[in-house]
Amino acid sequence: MAKTATLELIYGLIGPLNKKNIDLTPATTFAANLELDSLTVMDLVADIEDDFDIILPLNMLPDLETIEQVADAVDTIVAKG
Amino acid sequence: MDLLDKFDNITDLRASLPFEKADPFKVVIEEVISETEAIIGGRRTILAGTNNYMGMTFNEEAIEAAKKALDDFGTGTTGSRVLNGTYGGHKALEATIADFYDMNECMVFSTGYQANLGMISALGGKDDFVIIDADCHASIYDGCAMGNATIVRFKHNNVAQMERRLKRLPADAGKLVVVEGMYSMLGDAAPLKELLEVAKQYGCMTLVDEAHSMGFCGENGRGIAEELGVEHLADFIVGTFSKSVGTMGGFAVSNHPKFDVLRFVSRPYIFTASLPPSVVASATASIKAISRSGNRRAHLWENARQLHSGLKQAGFAMCTETAESPIIAVHLPDVMIGTKFWEQLLMEGVYTNMAAPPATPAGMFLLRISVCAQHTSQQVAEIIARFKRTAEKVGLKV
Ligand SMILES: Cc1ncc(COP(=O)(O)O)c(C=O)c1O
Repeated sequence: MAKTATLELIYGLIGPLNKKNIDLTPATTFAANLELDSLTVMDLVADIEDDFDIILPLNMLPDLETIEQVADAVDTIVAKG
Repeated sequence: MDLLDKFDNITDLRASLPFEKADPFKVVIEEVISETEAIIGGRRTILAGTNNYMGMTFNEEAIEAAKKALDDFGTGTTGSRVLNGTYGGHKALEATIADFYDMNECMVFSTGYQANLGMISALGGKDDFVIIDADCHASIYDGCAMGNATIVRFKHNNVAQMERRLKRLPADAGKLVVVEGMYSMLGDAAPLKELLEVAKQYGCMTLVDEAHSMGFCGENGRGIAEELGVEHLADFIVGTFSKSVGTMGGFAVSNHPKFDVLRFVSRPYIFTASLPPSVVASATASIKAISRSGNRRAHLWENARQLHSGLKQAGFAMCTETAESPIIAVHLPDVMIGTKFWEQLLMEGVYTNMAAPPATPAGMFLLRISVCAQHTSQQVAEIIARFKRTAEKVGLKV
């Protein structure tokens, strides 16, 4: 389970992209719910990388469909140091 | 289950575009009058949306060489570069390019797309990192997808963002930074000096794709790296014959002493047929001609500056402050105006490229115009006049 603090930070970064103001939950998906195209998702990932000072490789993106999956990936990478 | 159903959203998106008289994805060039003019839809049209920057498609020496190669060697090699597909011409072309770049090694691929696939997939191994500019061409992304390296992406031309990422990577890992010299959609140049210097500071190897800068940037037309005096910081330079060189094919050059081994490990080099002898011959002649084309280069830049300042003065929203390349891009406000503008401009007899998301950065809708060294200043003036007329007709406020 992703840390609440991680989720909150990611919600904050998604805010400006949430054009339809839908409720953000761990299960919210980038493509179907937020209707973000792949380029926008990649730019969002860049912001997440800089906020957490980590690298989220492009290779992982196909497996990251929901906010929780991203948060889990971030927590795992942060824990590994 | 119908495997094509998953593309229905694309069919719907295309159907929603308001074209009436022409479709940008189905343009047919019926007759080619010259490097700069063609018949499209029965209409005499100025070509301002090709990659024929140096106007080499009708270069006499290139045509003669191709004809002779056809007679002497036939229509094709029917084989891979590493089997029966390397003729004397292929070696001569590699020597010509190595000479042009003043480098020791050159590999010729069947397309520029394959050159990127072949270089990046072979260089980026399982434990390595490939660091790419976000706006890189699809062939670079596909080269990344084909290899086994970990792929790291940084925002377009953002040196600080690239550095932050390099800092986070293991110091002793294999790292390849991949950038382009000139970006093909907006026609904006890379801050190559800063990018390559930082990459070297972090122990990376570097690959620069000069697809849209070869021919007219730098004193000898080798690209942005030459222009900025940083060729020594590029371990590999990739390029194509499908733009300034005026035919097709791709290449990579390097001074790396072990470069030649890539011929045995690069799958896009091995598992496809080599270029036909006629194409090889015209590429060789064209590159030799380009190296002596200082005047042509100068006229191309005049055309670029004339077009940029003319459109800027007319009030169009330019994508770059000045003419950084022969690619001049104009922002259009939305899909409706954009599609109507492209269509009306074609009716006025000017062919340009319409570029819409997801092929463009940041969801932009733009019209990409490219000039050719063979455009006359009258033709460029005519393009500007027809742009103004088109803006009036489609109700675009400039
Ligand atoms: C930056 C870049 N690299 C490579 C290519 C591929 O070149 P080619 O047409 O030779 O496959 C292109 C052309 O589309 C390009 O824009």
